[in-house]
Amino acid sequence: MTMEATSVEQQPQSREPVLSMQGISKKFGAVQALTDIALDVYPGEVVAIVGDNGAGKSTLVKILAGVHPADSGTITYEGRRVAIPTPAASRALGIATVFQDLALCDNLDVVSNLFLGREIGDFTLDEEEMEKRSWALLRQLSAKIPSVRIAVASLSGGQRQTVAIARSLIGEPRVIILDEPTAALGVAQTAEVLNLIERLRERGHGVVLISHNMADVQAVADRVVVLRLGRNNGDFKVPDVSYEEIISAITGATDNAVTRRAGRTSGEAGDQ
Amino acid sequence: MTTTDKQSPASVAADLQDERLIQREGIRGAVRGFATRVRSGDLGSLPVVVGLAIIWIIFQALNDNFLSPNNLVNLALQSAATGTIAIGVVLVLLVAQIDLSIGSISGLAAAILGVGLTQMNWPVWLAIVVALAVGAVIGLVYGLLFTRFGVPTFVITLAGLLAFLGLQLWVLGPNGSINLPYDSWIVQFATSMFLPPWLAYTLSGLAVLGLLGSDWMRDRRRSRAGLSTGSKSIMLIKAGLLLVVLVVTVWYLALDRGVGLMFLLFLVLVVVMNFFLVRTQWGRSVYAVGGNVEAARRAGIRVNRIYISVLMLGTLFATLGGLLASARLTSASLSSGGGDVNLLAIASAVIGGTSLFGGRGGAYSALLGIMVIQSISNGLTLLNLGSPVRYMITGAVLLLAVIIDSLSRRSRASHGQA
Repeated sequence: MTMEATSVEQQPQSREPVLSMQGISKKFGAVQALTDIALDVYPGEVVAIVGDNGAGKSTLVKILAGVHPADSGTITYEGRRVAIPTPAASRALGIATVFQDLALCDNLDVVSNLFLGREIGDFTLDEEEMEKRSWALLRQLSAKIPSVRIAVASLSGGQRQTVAIARSLIGEPRVIILDEPTAALGVAQTAEVLNLIERLRERGHGVVLISHNMADVQAVADRVVVLRLGRNNGDFKVPDVSYEEIISAITGATDNAVTRRAGRTSGEAGDQ
Repeated sequence: MTTTDKQSPASVAADLQDERLIQREGIRGAVRGFATRVRSGDLGSLPVVVGLAIIWIIFQALNDNFLSPNNLVNLALQSAATGTIAIGVVLVLLVAQIDLSIGSISGLAAAILGVGLTQMNWPVWLAIVVALAVGAVIGLVYGLLFTRFGVPTFVITLAGLLAFLGLQLWVLGPNGSINLPYDSWIVQFATSMFLPPWLAYTLSGLAVLGLLGSDWMRDRRRSRAGLSTGSKSIMLIKAGLLLVVLVVTVWYLALDRGVGLMFLLFLVLVVVMNFFLVRTQWGRSVYAVGGNVEAARRAGIRVNRIYISVLMLGTLFATLGGLLASARLTSASLSSGGGDVNLLAIASAVIGGTSLFGGRGGAYSALLGIMVIQSISNGLTLLNLGSPVRYMITGAVLLLAVIIDSLSRRSRASHGQA
C-alpha cells in the first residue's frame, strides 16, 4: 500500500515481461472471438491495443480482468503461469482495470470513491488516514483536483477519469488496463489523461491502453498491438511506425508483413 | 508542474494547497460558505427547519394550546413510534429501494405483542423478542427474494403489505381487538415514564460534551495527518447552540411531564443509526449501493449483503415502531399499523430530506420529518379538524417536499453537483 516514490527504482523496458499471454483463444457460441492471440506487457511500458469494432479488444481485456476466462492459451504473470477465473483473482494478481464507464459513485466524495471497498479503519472509518493517502496519491499523479471532499459528480470528465485511474492504483497493481480512457473527453481533459498515463509509466506500471484514437496512441504508447478479426495483425514499436501503417493493419489492407511493406511504399493504400 | 510550488507545503494543510480552492476561515467564512451552499441547491435540512418553524407559528396563532408544554410532550410521544418506523424507511430509501409493507409489519408486531401478553401469558420481553424475530425473518425473506430473483422491492413489499395484514388479522383472531395489560412495563414505558429533570439536564450536558469531544478529537487527528482543521470558535458555537436547544427543550417540557422515555429511545436510535451510516464501512457501502450499485459491486462491496441487511433493518425498525405504537395506545387491533402509518413513515423520511432515488439523506431526516408530519397532525386535531383534512394536508406537504427535493436536485445539476 505504500505510495512513496517507487517511480525511480524500476527501469523502463526491462526485458522480462510482467504479463505475457500466448495462444489465447476464446469462442462465443459459433463465433471465434479470439484466435491464438499473443500479448506481452513490460513494466514501465505503455502498450496500445487497437483494432476495428469487433476485432476482439474488449474480449481480450475481459479475459485479463477475469470477466471471461479464456478457452485455451497460457497467461504468465511475473514468470508464473496463472489462471484468471474471476475479477477478484485478476485484482489479487495485481491487474487493475479501469472500464470505460469509470464506475464511480456520484454521490460520494473523492476520498470515499478512491477507497471504496477498501476502506481503512478497524470498526470506524479512518477518514484522516484515507484523506492523507488520497492527497499523496493525487499529488504523485499531479492530478488537478481542488478538493477531495467534494462529490465526484461535481468534477469534470478528465478529473473523473483521473479519480478512476487513481483508484486503480490503491492496491499497487503492476499492470493497469485502461479501456477507452479518452473517449468521452475534450481536448484539455484528454491531454490531462495522457499526462497521467505517462506518469503511470514513470512509476513503473505496465499500462495496457485500449483506444480508437490514433493521435492518443501515437502520443503515449511505446508499442502498438493491432488486432483484426480476433487475430494478431501486427506489433509495432511506435517510433518506427507511421499512422498509415497502423491504419492499414487495422483495416486489413495488409494482412502480413510483406503486403505491409508494399502498402508502405504505395503510400495512401490503407487510408480507408 | 504542480500548482502548489509557490507555497511551502508545511505551512498549508495538505487539503488546502490548491490555489483554486476558495478559502473560508472563521465564523464569517462559515456563514458565507453556508449561503453559497444554499444558493447552489445544497439545501441540507434548511427547508425542513424553516417549514417546521412556519407550521408551529401558524398553529400557535390558530390555537394557543399548540406550543403549550403539555401539547409538546404529547407531540414528542406521538412522534416516537412512527419516527422509529421512519428510520427504517430512511435506510431502505438510501439503497434506492422501498418498503411499502412497514405498516402491516408494525401491525403484525402489535398483534404478536397483544396475543403474547394476554392469551399466551408470555413475559413482555419474550413477546418483544418474538415480534422482533418475526420482523427480522420477514426482512430476510424480502432480501433473499430481491437478491436471488431480482423481483423489485416495490412488488415484493406490496405483496407483503397484503400478506402481513392478513397474518395480523389471523393472529388477532375473531375478537379483532386486544387491550394490553396497563401495568406491563412496556405500556408504562410508552405512556408514563419520563426523565426526571436532573437526569434530562445531565444527559443534555453529556450529549454536548460528546459533540465537543468528537469534534476536538477529529481536529487533533486531522492536524496530526497534516490536514486543515475547522475553526475552534465555530466548534464552540455549534456546541453552545446544541446546549441551548437541549436545555431550553428540557426546561420547557419539564414544565409539564418532561421528556418521555420513548422519545429518548427514538432519539438514541437516530443518533446510533447516524453513527453507523456516517462512520462505518457498512454505512459507506450503503451510500455507495444507493449511488451506483454497479460501481459498488465492482469495488468489491458485497452488494447482496448490504441489500439484505438494509431490508432487515427496515422491517426491524417497523416492528419496533409497531410495538411502541401499540404500547402507547395500550391496545392491538385490526387498525394497528393500518390507515396512514405506511405513508406517514415514508413521507417523514422524504420530508426530512432523504432522496427517493437513493444515496442521499441520513438518519436525522427521520427525526426532522416526523416532527413536521406529527406537528401537522397534532395541530389539526387541536383545531378539531378530522382525518379528511389531515390526510389532504399531509398529502400536500409530502408533494411539496418532493418538489423541493426535485428542484434542489435540478439546482445541484446546474451547479455541477448532481
